[in-house]
Amino acid sequence: MPIEYYLILSSVLFSIGVLGVMIRRNAIVVLMCIELMLNAINLLLVAFSTYLGDGHGQVFVFFIMVVAAAEATIGLSILVLIYRNTKGVDIHQLDHLKH
Amino acid sequence: MQQIIPLIPALPLLGFLLNGLAGKKMGKNVVGALATGVVAASFLLTIGLFVMLLGNPEPLQNNLFTWLQVGSLQVEFGFLVDRLSVWMMLIITGVGTLIHLYSIGYMHEDEGFHKFFAYLNLFIFAMLLLVMGNNFLMMFFGWEGVGLCSYLLIGFWYTKRDYADAARKAFIMNRIGDLGLLLGIFLIFQQFGSIAYADVFGSAGLVDPTSIGLITLLLFVGAMGKSAQIPLYTWLPDAMAGPTPVSALIHAATMVTAGVYLVVRASALYDLAPDVLTVIAWTGLATSIFAALIGLGQNDIKKVLAYSTVSQLGLMFVAAGVGAYGSAMFHLTTHAFFKALLFLGAGSVIHAMSGEQDIRRMGGLRKTLGTTHWTFLFGTLAIIGIFPFAGFFSKDELLAQVFEHSPLMWALTLFSAALTVVYMVRMYTLTFWGNFRGSKHQAEHLHDSPSVMTIPLMVLAVLSLTSGFLNLPAFTHAQWFSGYLTPLLGEAVHTMSVSTEIALLGIAFMVAVGLGLWVWKHYQKPEQVPAEDEAISGFAKLTGNKFYVDELYNAVFIRPIEWFSRLLYTIVDAKVIDGLVNGMATLVSQLGFGLRQIQSGKIGTYLFLMVAGLVLLLLFNVIW
Repeated sequence: MPIEYYLILSSVLFSIGVLGVMIRRNAIVVLMCIELMLNAINLLLVAFSTYLGDGHGQVFVFFIMVVAAAEATIGLSILVLIYRNTKGVDIHQLDHLKH
Repeated sequence: MQQIIPLIPALPLLGFLLNGLAGKKMGKNVVGALATGVVAASFLLTIGLFVMLLGNPEPLQNNLFTWLQVGSLQVEFGFLVDRLSVWMMLIITGVGTLIHLYSIGYMHEDEGFHKFFAYLNLFIFAMLLLVMGNNFLMMFFGWEGVGLCSYLLIGFWYTKRDYADAARKAFIMNRIGDLGLLLGIFLIFQQFGSIAYADVFGSAGLVDPTSIGLITLLLFVGAMGKSAQIPLYTWLPDAMAGPTPVSALIHAATMVTAGVYLVVRASALYDLAPDVLTVIAWTGLATSIFAALIGLGQNDIKKVLAYSTVSQLGLMFVAAGVGAYGSAMFHLTTHAFFKALLFLGAGSVIHAMSGEQDIRRMGGLRKTLGTTHWTFLFGTLAIIGIFPFAGFFSKDELLAQVFEHSPLMWALTLFSAALTVVYMVRMYTLTFWGNFRGSKHQAEHLHDSPSVMTIPLMVLAVLSLTSGFLNLPAFTHAQWFSGYLTPLLGEAVHTMSVSTEIALLGIAFMVAVGLGLWVWKHYQKPEQVPAEDEAISGFAKLTGNKFYVDELYNAVFIRPIEWFSRLLYTIVDAKVIDGLVNGMATLVSQLGFGLRQIQSGKIGTYLFLMVAGLVLLLLFNVIW
């Protein structure tokens, strides 16, 4: 399969993720969209790794997965706390750090 | 002996510091005694130096320390005491002492008593530095010092608007002249590489005549300001606003003669610039006649004396201008005595009249103010040149010197001297003869001044009578003063025959006596009392209003400058500068306001901006 297919798919996934981050107000959906962007990059890394016959890219993918898992954990915990305090996870309401 | 030189100016400075800092606590008697004492002490020390210099004309030098060292300019804080400066010092400290003594009585009721004496001491200090310095910068230092002190003293009663204005006028007018003096000093440094008298006068012949001409002219501009010559004379009559002893000190003995001193001091330069001397002579002559004409129409006793001073200073410049520096100094000396006397006498009259200065409201005062009248009469006789009073000799010598130079100029100078007779006798008669014209209240309080005021008057009266004998007419060969100054100014040349000289003497004397008697008789009649300001017309109105020179200056200089200043204010200051400054502030605050909108704390906005930025970067990359 030509590498372009992977590139196109990855780009589409990434763009969907960006769009989601930008237009959705629910923080959980935003986090999911970030995951989507990260996975688009992972897909790209794996594709190039195979294409070039080089294992480095696959190693990076594992690192990214670990970091993403950790990040998701922390992000979700914060959201739970925010929900407890404000009874909502709408990111448009979360501008207290400004003050 | 050289070591005592710095003490002479240091003593008045000490008096200034003590009285200025602690005078309020010391009590009036202590303040007055201290201030008078330090000047008297300086006077005694000066006498010591004078006696030394009589024996040996070698100038005394005393360099205290190097004052300035910048590039090739090195200025010593040094004193030069030669026969010229010691003579000036004698006048300054001698007459100064008498004026201090007089002030104790005159200022006794004044709240600012200690302040007044502190200023007087400072004035004496500055004036001494002016004449004692051995370089032009020292002179300039003293020059500015007396300017400052005259400002402080003229405006002593500064709560009155007019007085403060007069002080400012004196200060500003003097600054115009000082600019000339300063430029002259700069030019001297540029041409000679030094501003020490010894260097400058020693090598005067080596510098090209154009530069010498320019230097001497610029120095004379300085002298014009300080010595109140046309066109910078209008400050002096206004300066009468200050307390009367100040008028006596500034106008008679010290400050205004600084210009004459400067010309005589720099005579080595002036001798090389005959054209400038001609300018000086004619300026002096024009000033002398002009001021005397104004003096004819003045009714304020101090104003008459002020214009008389301007006129007499003009005569000194005429003498200096014809190269007769010795005569200028001689007239300066006698004038210091009789003008100080006249001013102090006027002060005594004003004192008795409870502040009244208008001679139209006086009259007949000779009966009640005995001492004042007699001393004032001596001063009047001296200034109009009646034998054997001082002015007769000094004015005669001056006239003889001018005659040798140019008979036309002599005639004009004689005319000026005749005008002196008219306005002085007019004032004297109106003040002391006829019937009393003041209020009943004033008449009851008429009294002669206390002895602390009359003693200086008597001393000055004696000096006005005797100081003329310092230099008798040339044909007698008894010219002590000319001989005294010969080591400095060179031998005076007399080509005039004895008969001519006696004829000149006779003419001047006849004019003074004849005119004096006529004016005296004329103004004794009650109908000759000058009319009120509103009623006068013609020439009297013209002179009474000082030929409208102040109004002219107002229209030519002050109004346009004010108009231009207002223009600059409304356009440049209010619009351009304020606009620039305020615009800057508005710009920054607007920028801040705009940027603040971005810092909303909304995650969505941040994300959007981030992505937009990325997209822009990518697009930029693609297009590039």
